[in-house]
Amino acid sequence: MKKIEVRISGLGGQGVVAAGQILGRAAVYDGKNVVQTQSYGAEARGSAAKSEVIISNDKIGFPAVRKSDVLAAISQEALDKYLKDLKEEGVLIVDSTYVKKIPETRAKTYKIPATEEAERMFGAKIYANMLILGALTKTIGISVKATEKAIEDTLGKKVADINKEAFRKGRSLS
Amino acid sequence: MKQLRRENIRFWQGNEACAEAAVIAGCKFFAGYPITPASEIAEHLAERLPQVGGVAIQMEDELASIGAAVGASWAGFKAMTATSGPGFDLMQETIGWAFMTETPCVIVDVQRLGPSTGQATKCGQGDVMQSRWGTHGDYSSIVLSPNSVQEMFELTIKAFNLAERYRTPIILLADEIVAHMREKIVIPIAKNMEVINRKKPEPYEKAFFGLQDIPPMPAVGEGFNVAVTGSTHDAYGIRFTADAQEHRQLVERLNNKIQSQAEKLADVETYKIDDCEIGIVSFGCTSRAIYEAVEKAEAKGLKIGYTRLRSIWPFPEKIVRQLTETAKKIIVPEMNLKQIFYEVQRVSNGRADVIPLNKIGGGELITPEELLEKIEESA
Repeated sequence: MKKIEVRISGLGGQGVVAAGQILGRAAVYDGKNVVQTQSYGAEARGSAAKSEVIISNDKIGFPAVRKSDVLAAISQEALDKYLKDLKEEGVLIVDSTYVKKIPETRAKTYKIPATEEAERMFGAKIYANMLILGALTKTIGISVKATEKAIEDTLGKKVADINKEAFRKGRSLS
Repeated sequence: MKQLRRENIRFWQGNEACAEAAVIAGCKFFAGYPITPASEIAEHLAERLPQVGGVAIQMEDELASIGAAVGASWAGFKAMTATSGPGFDLMQETIGWAFMTETPCVIVDVQRLGPSTGQATKCGQGDVMQSRWGTHGDYSSIVLSPNSVQEMFELTIKAFNLAERYRTPIILLADEIVAHMREKIVIPIAKNMEVINRKKPEPYEKAFFGLQDIPPMPAVGEGFNVAVTGSTHDAYGIRFTADAQEHRQLVERLNNKIQSQAEKLADVETYKIDDCEIGIVSFGCTSRAIYEAVEKAEAKGLKIGYTRLRSIWPFPEKIVRQLTETAKKIIVPEMNLKQIFYEVQRVSNGRADVIPLNKIGGGELITPEELLEKIEESA
């Protein structure tokens, strides 16, 4: 695997950081080197949030993403802000519940109605990030086994099953 | 999932690695006050220390936090506090007391963007000089600077070991990036990790503040007659608030016990410092840009070397001087407005042209591209 740089962006409270954290942990379980960083505003909810994951077989130097190979946008603002930094041949994953306007792009695009599906399946929006995670891991080539273990280790056993179900749904939609 | 069977591989946040390393190093007491970007250290230790028979306390502020930590150290426990710039300010008075009383403890300063409350959630490297000269009077500090989660782990253990060996406060000068990022880390096998404990006095000993470079340290309650004071004192802890000779003897020893070990304390990563035309001196998160910049510069035929500082104070003069003797130009990238720059310039003493590269604001890192541009400008 060559170096893959992933950017996940949305609003605070959408689980952007948790998705990045689980993706990173899963990649480590698959034997990769990983750096994951995050940035968010001082507010608990509603301000822009971003998580970046760099996955590589080699040692990773610079920890921040400049041009991403993969962009997951969970809000329209996030897409508008970061699409220009997605590589031309990159992969774009959007939560189509919130992202309605996608400018013309050569990136391979997956529209996942993650929030809608989460509400339909579990009656709660908070699982939308797991659907996005499903799409991300499938695109990048991270194993189901490693990701499910990462979900368990990150979120705890109590809520693992429902999150895994959402994750698997995300994979099937992408 | 091939790594899963290897239990020593983890995916940790820098602050989490720091907390776990503290436990391994034998830390039994933590006192702190929450502050971004250091709070996760307290959060983890609040859970972990009680599991190993230790105590973690949230104090009313940073003054109390460092006070509790040095108190615990005198009770015989390895102690730590963790904060960021604004809290590090408040701790300075008691840090001075800890230097003067030779109290081993570890102070973690996870740097954020100041001055004052500045940009509280964003990264900066503006506390370099504060970690050397923050409290008043003459003293010498040992300051370590990690650039990865792995080093947050390794240098935390080292900080405890140095504190115990030299009987002095040690400052782990981290930054928001290394503290908050998550990385794969490899935990060494326990028996391969050296843990040093302070030298205790023999029952007949009475001099706990002199007669040797690093005197033994009793704990309160062990039956020794011990007075601990921040005022000038003799080898037995007796105050001498006007005697010139006593003051010189004490304070010169306190400085000398660190400065005489400067070469041994120098902890650096070097690359081609004996054969380069352009050199880089870097530390902390900023140094993560050098690897890619050097690779790209070399692809363009430039001869680059670097010294990456894992210990900042005492300033690793000898090894940096070596670079200034080889390179004609030395670039010093920092996320502040020139702090290590002046140290490099001083050591260079006119031999090499020292070029600053500074960036502050928004937590934006100096990128490999920006560093490469500076390298090409200098070539």
